[in-house]
Amino acid sequence: MSENPHPELINVAPGEPHDSMLSETISYIVGLGLALVLTGISFWVASTSSLWGPGVAVGLVVLAIAQMGVHLVFFLHITSGPDNTNNVLALAFGVLIVFLVMVGTIWIMAHLAANMGPTPEMTNMHLQH
Amino acid sequence: MSTISETPTVGLTHGGSEDTGLGQRGPESKSIVVPYGFWLFVLSDMVLFSTLFATYASLVNATDGGPTTSQLFDRNLVAVETMALLISSFVCGLAMITAKRKNMVWTQLWLLLTGLLGLVFLSIEIYEFTSMIAEGAGPQRSAFLSSFFTLVGCHGAHVTAGLLWLGTMMAQIWAKGFRQDITRRLLCFSVFWHALDIIWVAIFTIVYLIGTLP
Repeated sequence: MSENPHPELINVAPGEPHDSMLSETISYIVGLGLALVLTGISFWVASTSSLWGPGVAVGLVVLAIAQMGVHLVFFLHITSGPDNTNNVLALAFGVLIVFLVMVGTIWIMAHLAANMGPTPEMTNMHLQH
Repeated sequence: MSTISETPTVGLTHGGSEDTGLGQRGPESKSIVVPYGFWLFVLSDMVLFSTLFATYASLVNATDGGPTTSQLFDRNLVAVETMALLISSFVCGLAMITAKRKNMVWTQLWLLLTGLLGLVFLSIEIYEFTSMIAEGAGPQRSAFLSSFFTLVGCHGAHVTAGLLWLGTMMAQIWAKGFRQDITRRLLCFSVFWHALDIIWVAIFTIVYLIGTLP
């Protein structure tokens, strides 16, 4: 807050660049670099056979979440600063709903599929069409 | 924080004569409120995509004897798409930096590059969709393909809308200059464009990479 050149601003818009041209350019370049590295690791992890198979999918999801964080911080300038409280709170609520919808659906539908194994008629239909 | 109460007029959007219930400062200025409202829209858009992701995850194995994920997807094509969209997002950031300095030539150039890279992404996606449909792997083939075309197609529709918006913004900046309302719209566009890249990260991981694991 002390180095804020506009002390009257207690909120900042998402995606709004900083005030120094150099620092904001560096921010975008660092973000691009990190995103490229994470994308590269993702594609490498998906194609290599030297990793433990069942862990690869989990690792890919972790890498994706990390890259989303990089995009939020370096491209959308969502920070933990006091001028960003509203943006972060809205983001937290969005993440909560996304988490509930995805985990809830996948959990329930997987149990439903496990408890309703295909009947012989259904298997035949699969074969016919 | 003490300076806030000393400068109550900054950020006021009304005369300040009546009590708004928002304290002495009154509501924030439009340059904060509008992008914040747009941020809420983008987050709700991500909630929309989460339902499509959940549908896809539930139906990914419902192939009805038709083609499966590892038979359909081409990782090299996806790598090019990913690069195009990521660099487009980065260049859009550069356009925001030059737009803040009201540099017309560089802003237009960066925005043009943003749009061209978006067009590269969209062309590859359309090529992928048409070749899949030509192979008989259209959206009506199986529940898996219906959910695939809905999810990835919805992202593609967003990119298309973004490109139309981008063209509009370039024309508006050209015709009206860096007026306050124009730069506000441009900021909203950049938030939209970055958000599309965030959703693409989830798509290329969940749909394409996990779908083509050995």
